[in-house]
Amino acid sequence: MFITKILRDDLGGKIFLSLLAAVIVLVPLFNLLVPASSLFHLPTYTVTLFGKYLSYALLALAVDLVWGYCGILTLGHGAFFALGGYAMSMYLMRQIGGRGVYGNPVLPDFMVFLDWKELPWYWHGFDEFWFAMIMVVLVPGLLAYIFGWLAFRSRVTGVYLSIITQAMTYALLLAFFRNEMGFGGNNGLTDFKDILGFNLQSDSVRVIIFMISAFALAAGYLACRFVVSSKLGRVVIALRDTESRTRFIGYKVELFKLWIFVFSAVMAGIAGALYVPQVGIINPGEFSPLNSIELVIWVAVGGRCTLYGAVVGAVLVNFGKSFFTAALPEVWLFALGALFILVTLFLPYGLVGLLRRKRRAV
Amino acid sequence: MKKKRSVRISCLLAKLFSLVIFISSASFADSQISQEIKTGSEAIAHEEVASTFENLVNQFKEGDFNQKMEVINQITLLKDKRARLVFQSLLNDRLFYSKDVSQRVYSGETTPNGYRMIDVTTGQVIGEVNQDSVTKIKINNRLRKMLRTSLAQLDMTVKDPDIRLKAVKSIGNDLNEDTVKFLRTVLPLETDNEVRTAIKASLAMVDLHADDLKVRLDAIKSLSVTMDSEYNTELKKLVDKDSAGNYLEQDQRIIEAATNAIKKIESRVSFYEHLQTLFFGLSLGSVLVLAAIGLAITFGVMGVINMAHGELIMLGAYTTYVVQLLMPNHIDISLFIAIPAAFAVSGLFGILIERGVIRFLYGRPLETLLATFGISLVLQQLVRTVFSPLNRSVTTPSWMSGSLEINSVLTLTLNRLYIVGFTLLVFLILLAVLKKTRLGLEVRAVSQNRAMAKAMGIKTEWVDAMTFGLGSGIAGVAGVALSQLTNVGPNLGQTYIIDSFMVVVFGGVGNLWGAMISGLSLGLANKFLEPYAGAVLAKILVLIFIILFIQKRPRGLFPQKGRAAEG
Repeated sequence: MFITKILRDDLGGKIFLSLLAAVIVLVPLFNLLVPASSLFHLPTYTVTLFGKYLSYALLALAVDLVWGYCGILTLGHGAFFALGGYAMSMYLMRQIGGRGVYGNPVLPDFMVFLDWKELPWYWHGFDEFWFAMIMVVLVPGLLAYIFGWLAFRSRVTGVYLSIITQAMTYALLLAFFRNEMGFGGNNGLTDFKDILGFNLQSDSVRVIIFMISAFALAAGYLACRFVVSSKLGRVVIALRDTESRTRFIGYKVELFKLWIFVFSAVMAGIAGALYVPQVGIINPGEFSPLNSIELVIWVAVGGRCTLYGAVVGAVLVNFGKSFFTAALPEVWLFALGALFILVTLFLPYGLVGLLRRKRRAV
Repeated sequence: MKKKRSVRISCLLAKLFSLVIFISSASFADSQISQEIKTGSEAIAHEEVASTFENLVNQFKEGDFNQKMEVINQITLLKDKRARLVFQSLLNDRLFYSKDVSQRVYSGETTPNGYRMIDVTTGQVIGEVNQDSVTKIKINNRLRKMLRTSLAQLDMTVKDPDIRLKAVKSIGNDLNEDTVKFLRTVLPLETDNEVRTAIKASLAMVDLHADDLKVRLDAIKSLSVTMDSEYNTELKKLVDKDSAGNYLEQDQRIIEAATNAIKKIESRVSFYEHLQTLFFGLSLGSVLVLAAIGLAITFGVMGVINMAHGELIMLGAYTTYVVQLLMPNHIDISLFIAIPAAFAVSGLFGILIERGVIRFLYGRPLETLLATFGISLVLQQLVRTVFSPLNRSVTTPSWMSGSLEINSVLTLTLNRLYIVGFTLLVFLILLAVLKKTRLGLEVRAVSQNRAMAKAMGIKTEWVDAMTFGLGSGIAGVAGVALSQLTNVGPNLGQTYIIDSFMVVVFGGVGNLWGAMISGLSLGLANKFLEPYAGAVLAKILVLIFIILFIQKRPRGLFPQKGRAAEG
């Protein structure tokens, strides 16, 4: 009832959610029930790959919310994603326990290697799953809150805001590269063994994580749709188009922006937490400004300000990336660069916009 | 000379020679004070010395190490110019004598087939010989140390004060009765102040432990004007305490003088260290300014963020590389061709980017950002495909390599010094272009109020293209400078782009002075934080500072004035 109300005027959303539902049902079927010898068998590797795309799609949703609806071109959303990922991987790291190379029951391998004697204070609590999940939400949210509160209050807008978000993720990149930070430095965190007692490598666990990612994406989509179709969403769109007028009408623009920004950062953090167990590693490279800019292009390719467009873009661009970097590694950067240029020049509304225009023409 | 000699001499003639050696070397020992040999009678003496030299060198062939030491001592006293080659070869294990009847002594250079021989007495090149036809003259470590000192003593007669200074330092590492005596004799003759100070300091190391109080106080005084750590350590030994906390040194005056001297030295060292940091900061800052100044122009005039700016810098660096490839024999002047070439290449690319992409996106700054980022990816991959992903090294011209050593703490590397100067030059030229030329006037008009400028008949499109070309060209020139500091590779641009943005945002858009001041201050801040926080943390702190600063002044240090700036 609630869902149908949200999706009333959203044909794209309906299509997207039905497709997602089909995927949730079919992928486990083809992976677990169809025998490995069959032509229709879906290898677990592919399932995990799809799962990775889905977590990217969730991240793209988050970016679309701030960029498409709120007009904040963030070049630092990768940072929230990576922070969520790090929180998750700290939990997974603690789960390794005594099975590490050095066999220390408390300290992760890299700390033993650095000759640390005890766990740093910020690692405490991460052996509990619930605590890690709170952190996945809290850390990116808090950073976004502080950063946004400072930036929006003093009315930093446009290109300036983009650049300081970039500076933020760059500073984090540099910080996480330091061994002294206690996050594994250059190598990051990896070698995870299990989650909640289940082996991460087993097929069924992987399929379940995939399904959780799909559900999270669906939930994220509905939440975003709910936000943008609510009254708050209308104000946000208004302030995107003319910020000063909205302010003069009497809305506290910075509070709206802050709310959307934090919400989106939390989504990005959750996406990161889903990404890590599927990929099996996280390192400071996730903070690199290049990654954050790439996110924006996913949204631009799919079509900003549509939500499902962001999902389409994330999946398509990443599929292209997987394909090109394996088959024609030379071409990938050319293709990505050309995508940036062509989409901004000729497809201001992305691929989804292309379809829409045709429909209107009919 | 006072020591008894036991040189083994086989024939009478040689005995006669040894007499001559004795007389002449003794006379030279005294005449270390006298300058050049000019009169006729002395010329004859010189000839005698020459033949003695030959004889002494021949004595290296036999005898044990103690005898060899004695020979080295005597050769040193001869003050013969050829001694240098002999000592140097001996030190490098490259002094030989031939196994044939002549048994002459040669200095050899290793070649693939054997050695290329030079006769040490005549200076004649003999040519290549087989390894088996010669015997190496062996030395031990004690001899090596002595040879180094002897070489340094020879160097003390050279006119160049820098070489003398090095010689003093080298002798200072090997202080013994003989060298101290030698230093004491040369001290009154020395005219160069710096060398005098160095000699005094070396002597003071010995005098510190003399018996006379005044000598010791003087020694402390002459050490107090130095900066080398070894002198400081020696002084610190004077104020050492035993486990009970009492001074080991008895005399209170010595302790006081030494404490003061240490304080003096340390404050001087820290002063020069700060100067050094200042220089590093300025050089880093000027690199930042150079990288950012083009960005400041394009950003200021068009409100356009050019994410491909870093790649335009990279193109400039690659242009330098290509120019050097084209003229491998004229590396020294290649930079003067590379600078205009890089300006042209990057400038053309810039105009191409503006005409091809950016002009369709005016009024949509965020989209421009994305499109130019796409361009940067394409350019990176292009360079990777054409030049390979490996780093290319650009040769530094000879006039730019080396360093200016002011003292043992403060050393200015020449390439960085040139880059600071070059940045100033570029900045001034750019300032002149913007203030004095027609183009500059139009650029300023457009950046202040585009619509009004257009109404006044300025071809804004043309101005846009030209500005973009200018800004990009400057990026190319920055690339030439950077190629002298770092490796030239496809990622060169990426490493500088974020820093350049920070400079522009911090300084205020479209403001050359802003870019200059912010670039220099960011460079300085970085370098002054480094000793306390480490390089990475310093950078992080600077980034956080900028993020916070933008909250306070969203338009940078020097915000643009006028209606267009309200945006």
